[in-house]
Amino acid sequence: MNYLKKLLIGNEAVAWGLYHGGLRVISSYPGTPSTEITEFLAKHDDIHSEWAPNEKVACEAAFGASLAGARSACAMKHVGLNVAADPLFTLSYTGVTGGLVICVADDPAMHSSQNEQDSRHYAIGAKVPMLEPSDSAEAYEFARSAFALSEEYDTPVLFRMCTRIAHSQCIVDLGEREETPLKEYVKQPSKYIMMPAYAKAKHPVVESRTEKLRELAEDCKYNRVENRGSRIGIITSGCSYLYVKEIFGDSVSILKIGMPNPLPVKLIRDFAASVEKLYVIEELDPVIENHVRSLGIECVGKELFSPVGEFSQQTIREAFLKEKVDVGTIPEKQGDAPQVPGRPPMMCAGCPHRGMFYTLAKNHITVLGDIGCYTLGAVAPLNALDSTLCMGASVSGIHGFNLARGAETEKKTVAVIGDSTFMHSGMTGLVNIAYNATNSTVIILDNSITGMTGHQQNPTTGYNIKGDPAAKVNLEALCHALGINRVRVVDPYNLAECEQAVKEELAAEEPSVIISRRPCVLLKYVKPKAPLRVDAEKCRSCKRCMGMGCPAISMKEGKARIDRTLCVGCGVCSQLCPFGAIADH
Amino acid sequence: METKSIMIVGVGGQGSLLASKLLGNLLTDEGYDVKVSEVHGMSQRGGSVVTYVRYGEKVYSPIVTEGECDFIISFEKLEAARFAGCLKKGGRIIVNTQQIDPMPVITGAAVYPEEVLEDLKAQGFDVDAIDALTPALEAGSAKAVNIVLMGHFAAHSGISRESWLAALEKTVPGKFLEMNLKAFDMGFNA
Repeated sequence: MNYLKKLLIGNEAVAWGLYHGGLRVISSYPGTPSTEITEFLAKHDDIHSEWAPNEKVACEAAFGASLAGARSACAMKHVGLNVAADPLFTLSYTGVTGGLVICVADDPAMHSSQNEQDSRHYAIGAKVPMLEPSDSAEAYEFARSAFALSEEYDTPVLFRMCTRIAHSQCIVDLGEREETPLKEYVKQPSKYIMMPAYAKAKHPVVESRTEKLRELAEDCKYNRVENRGSRIGIITSGCSYLYVKEIFGDSVSILKIGMPNPLPVKLIRDFAASVEKLYVIEELDPVIENHVRSLGIECVGKELFSPVGEFSQQTIREAFLKEKVDVGTIPEKQGDAPQVPGRPPMMCAGCPHRGMFYTLAKNHITVLGDIGCYTLGAVAPLNALDSTLCMGASVSGIHGFNLARGAETEKKTVAVIGDSTFMHSGMTGLVNIAYNATNSTVIILDNSITGMTGHQQNPTTGYNIKGDPAAKVNLEALCHALGINRVRVVDPYNLAECEQAVKEELAAEEPSVIISRRPCVLLKYVKPKAPLRVDAEKCRSCKRCMGMGCPAISMKEGKARIDRTLCVGCGVCSQLCPFGAIADH
Repeated sequence: METKSIMIVGVGGQGSLLASKLLGNLLTDEGYDVKVSEVHGMSQRGGSVVTYVRYGEKVYSPIVTEGECDFIISFEKLEAARFAGCLKKGGRIIVNTQQIDPMPVITGAAVYPEEVLEDLKAQGFDVDAIDALTPALEAGSAKAVNIVLMGHFAAHSGISRESWLAALEKTVPGKFLEMNLKAFDMGFNA
């Protein structure tokens, strides 16, 4: 076999592992930190890859491909698995024909997420095996073997990543693709029709499968003991393993868990018996720790290692210093970092969402928000959002909000949702508004791309994952078809047009949709215009242009100034200046 | 050898991913074990971003914590100060003198410490400040700030210029190579 050494991020390593493991179909919805798995697979023309409208659809497409005999997969972020949980729990009962791998990426520290949930609970709840690598090299090896595991035990396999592993590069030895023929399709009603009579027969099968998988867990390549004969022993998994190794190297005994469900029993008992004091180190929830304690084994876990946020070698070092354990040389700082102003993320200069958010903030509108770049409408100085919960919750939520308060809020509340998020789970909420009749106003912020996750195509863009032309959802026609009569399109770079639309649609005595349409300025086909300038003679320092929170505008020596390296000439600020001081001269 | 740690810090959108890719390719070609930890997602939208690069015989952790960093390469002044606590004794900060106001400064909720680099030096930090924006614009684009800074770092890296140029050719897309070679040279000689 030819080996190729490459420096890969974890997600690319997963992609190569799935590809070399015989993947034929992958269907996913983008979500940080999982997105690149599917993007890298889309580079291969001998398999099918796609962006589905949401994770449930993606998981069910992967199910269909497996049913038809193909090795298939889907990938999503941790909260995406909430959406795909419905098929997951019953897929556990049906099992698979072609191997099926569901990749899920957690986000400890919430680098780009709304919560910090631990997806290992899904593996336990759905009673399916889960694999969890510690770096790109393991990500490749584990992903490559996941289809065989899935087929041998007739189960979907959950594949857990986390932000730090997904987005860290390390050197990987790549092998070659294993060609696996499509399995024959045979109608198997008792396996695949999960009505009560068949499902009742399946549940005991799932329970006995877990016991067989537990036997595997006792002796497999995913779980390994590094016995160093030390007084203390550490059970760890994922990136925590790397931090433990960084501090202790080969000086302590470690049980490294690469299959967090089902967890072994004898392996843990034997390991615990070989050391005097046992520590369990895992990010987020005490999943391994609870299992260890359920075996009646004493250990130190979450009382020393927080369930909140990410770990690092510093976490490990500080914790063991408290335990009076030797942690080697302690790094000496050159000095303490000074206190400096924070730099939170914000909407880009020229972002088409800004004009609409400025209009909503100016008119003191209550805004139920959603998931995407436009969540950044919440930060100062716009402070335009009132809520952000999950994908689609703006549209579903405004209906309930208006049900509770009626005419009082219907005239001054909107929901805002992006084009991709609307496709994901905004449509059904809009149906509910029309069907159960609240006078709600929904604004679709259509920037013609899935922005926050790094520009993925979606069903409204007219292109597929490979950038080839595809069927394009007509949002206006769709909203009409869902039962909304008032649908209008505005250009968010035109503040007067935005204001008029918002006022008229809020005043209307029926539900309405405003499509605020302009492509994301970061798209390659969007050519920036010449940057604008402030005429210092005309500027009266009223700071009105500062009110929309454009990163290109600041006050220097008492006058507004535009940073030419950031400005894309969108012209929204010039509409705010009462003195005509901003122009492209 | 002992593991070496480098941090590339700056403002989302300044091109730290390309800089870390260049460094990762270079160090891999030099035969080291390498780990690089990147930032994707929300912080890329104008937020404070940090990329870690670690290399040596065997590297475990992909991240760098307080007192462990040999070199901080900062694309912006304020970000150099924010991460200075990671610098080890004997480590050095290479910093672009460019100032990018964060939103709390723009809105007036905070003040940009204009003398931040002088203050760092006064505190005893080893600060090597260069204006990377002017040569980047001269090379053809403000976006080339990343490669000017990497060029400047290259001169202190202990790795040959030829190896750097080979890694640059491998990393940068063809049509931007000429501009980036120019930017690299200007940084190298700054």
